[in-house]
Amino acid sequence: MSLLQSTQFRPDPSATTARRAFIRAWPDFQNPAAWLVALILIIMPLIASGFFLIEIFATTLILGIIALSLMFLAGYGGMVSLMQLTIAGFAGYMVAVFGVSGNANISLGWPWWLATPMALALATLFGTLGGALAVRTEGIYTIMITLAIGAAFYYFTNQNWAIFNGHTGINTVATPHFWGVDWRADIAFYYVTLGIAAICYFAVQYVSRAPFGLALQGVRDNSRRMAALGFNPNAHRIAAYAFAAFIAGLGGVLQVWNYRQISPGSVSVGACIDILIIAVVGGITRPIGPFIGAFIFVLLRTFALDVLIKFGLDGNRFRLLIGLGFLAIVFWSSDGVIGLWERWRRHHVSSAKRTGGGRHG
Amino acid sequence: MARFIERHPAWALIAIIAIAVVLWLVFAIWPPGLEAAIGRKRVFLNAVLNGITLGGLYFLVASGFTLIFGLMRNVNLAHGSLYLFGGYIGYAISTWTGSWILSFIVAFIVVALVGVILQLAVFRRMEGQDLRQTMVTIGLSIVFADLMLWVFGGDFYQIQTPAWLIGPIQLPLLTAIKSSGEPVYLQYPLVRLVIFAASVVIGVAMWLALNRTRIGMIVRAGVDDRDILAATGVRIQLVFVLVFALGAGLAGIAGVVGGTFQSLSPGEDTRFLLASLVVVIVGGMGSIPGAALGAVIIGLAEQLGSVYIPTYAIVVTFLIMVLVLALRPQGLLARR
Repeated sequence: MSLLQSTQFRPDPSATTARRAFIRAWPDFQNPAAWLVALILIIMPLIASGFFLIEIFATTLILGIIALSLMFLAGYGGMVSLMQLTIAGFAGYMVAVFGVSGNANISLGWPWWLATPMALALATLFGTLGGALAVRTEGIYTIMITLAIGAAFYYFTNQNWAIFNGHTGINTVATPHFWGVDWRADIAFYYVTLGIAAICYFAVQYVSRAPFGLALQGVRDNSRRMAALGFNPNAHRIAAYAFAAFIAGLGGVLQVWNYRQISPGSVSVGACIDILIIAVVGGITRPIGPFIGAFIFVLLRTFALDVLIKFGLDGNRFRLLIGLGFLAIVFWSSDGVIGLWERWRRHHVSSAKRTGGGRHG
Repeated sequence: MARFIERHPAWALIAIIAIAVVLWLVFAIWPPGLEAAIGRKRVFLNAVLNGITLGGLYFLVASGFTLIFGLMRNVNLAHGSLYLFGGYIGYAISTWTGSWILSFIVAFIVVALVGVILQLAVFRRMEGQDLRQTMVTIGLSIVFADLMLWVFGGDFYQIQTPAWLIGPIQLPLLTAIKSSGEPVYLQYPLVRLVIFAASVVIGVAMWLALNRTRIGMIVRAGVDDRDILAATGVRIQLVFVLVFALGAGLAGIAGVVGGTFQSLSPGEDTRFLLASLVVVIVGGMGSIPGAALGAVIIGLAEQLGSVYIPTYAIVVTFLIMVLVLALRPQGLLARR
């Protein structure tokens, strides 16, 4: 009925409401900075060399996708899961096991268009089962249980030779070739990664505003009240784990295509914690945070060695730097780099207003 | 006990049968058919004893972890780092002075001091913010791990066992009877038994301190409701510092123990952090008897698993955790 009214009598306000709703759903389309970033990312292959394209930007996007799945769980669901990298690693292993690789005795040799969906489905199942375990307890316990799952998977891949090939892992994993394009070539792979990262980013943003995402945020804020309203908090949480597992699985597939090999080192406890660091440093309240965090992390990891040596320090102390930076962020900003930036901007705006007000007065 | 039998007669029967089977496996001489099916009795007994003594070590690490968690709701993910740090301190002291006992004392004191500093300088500032505290402990574990790697390098260290503890002793457990009719008894390293006995003593002492002393009463009250405890006039910050020091010190002692019958290297911190996480999840968070039970279960599962199903040993540990979470999410011996 409201539709009828608006189309017949007040066409203009309805258009603006629709537009406002559109802007509320997709705030990035209204932000000139977002358009600029998107443009730069799209023309990046013209600017950057192959090294930067893959080692910096593609790696950033892949780590960002995995951290995005953690951000979704932590930011909207209030569940800090340390097993997101484990799910990604599981997806990577499954690509290597079902697809083609140098370890012919393990790999089943399926074509990539069959192996990849299979890997994603299994990774989603794995994440959902892990989530179903983790939601049996709440809050701080989630970290412990998901860390235990991640560590158990790491030790399992180290011990198991039949499927995961022990500590040597699986090497020379085949990457997709079709339509006459080698999709692992630098530029093509960059665009694949960028496309998937964009899809994941907008998917998370969409879900966060969809009824499911709003209910999930309600569960985060007050699960007993949501239960009283007739929602099933645990079902929402498990569904969130499933969605996040799918995103993490996408990241894992990209990661195994990027490195063309996977070994227990890729799913170690330290790597799981790196994902948490990335998400927290970037900020876990918005989907853009993990990508910013991943960019900082990758820059530090790549260049800390040279910078430290330039300052006459020991270049091997990269992890010390990461740890101290992480501690500083946790100490001073509850919302990572985004939080720091917003605080700085608010401070800036308010001081500008004050000076402006002074001039008028 | 009697009440349990009355309430769950079926479970009690199963438990009694299980205990009888285990006792028979330990004390009887195995018939040849059984030895053919699952291997020598000596291997089995060694695995059981290794599991129980490993459980003693796990208990030392996990009891500090669970104590800190129970009172302060602080999931100290740097606990593994404290363990490894204690081990390195113990190694340095024992090579420097040659005294094994002294290395325990110094490791306890130094690591407890680190715990006091952490509680005063870091965790006190963010009381009640569970998630932030946990994040800080993650950051600290990264920093500690890298600092220790810097100082001690990536080598393996082993703390020298003192001369009076070296060598096996004969246990009154029959493993087989020779064809000449002569009984063969089990030989087992003395040091592991001594360490296990020490961890039992520490566990009993902790239980007594918690249940029979005034300080213990305060700590137990704090585990139940720290706000009301603070409101009754107890200097709760002091209690927090003491408990943190004790928990950290126990991790330090455990480091020396682990350095004696295993070895110290980077990565051990994560291993023992995982072990204490699983032990505490299985046994019940914040419960000392739960930590003891969980430690023995996990130690046995790890050792028996690595003997009888080598590739899936870690899965057994993990399955136990999953089962406990599915059936009793609060842990086996937790009240809530």
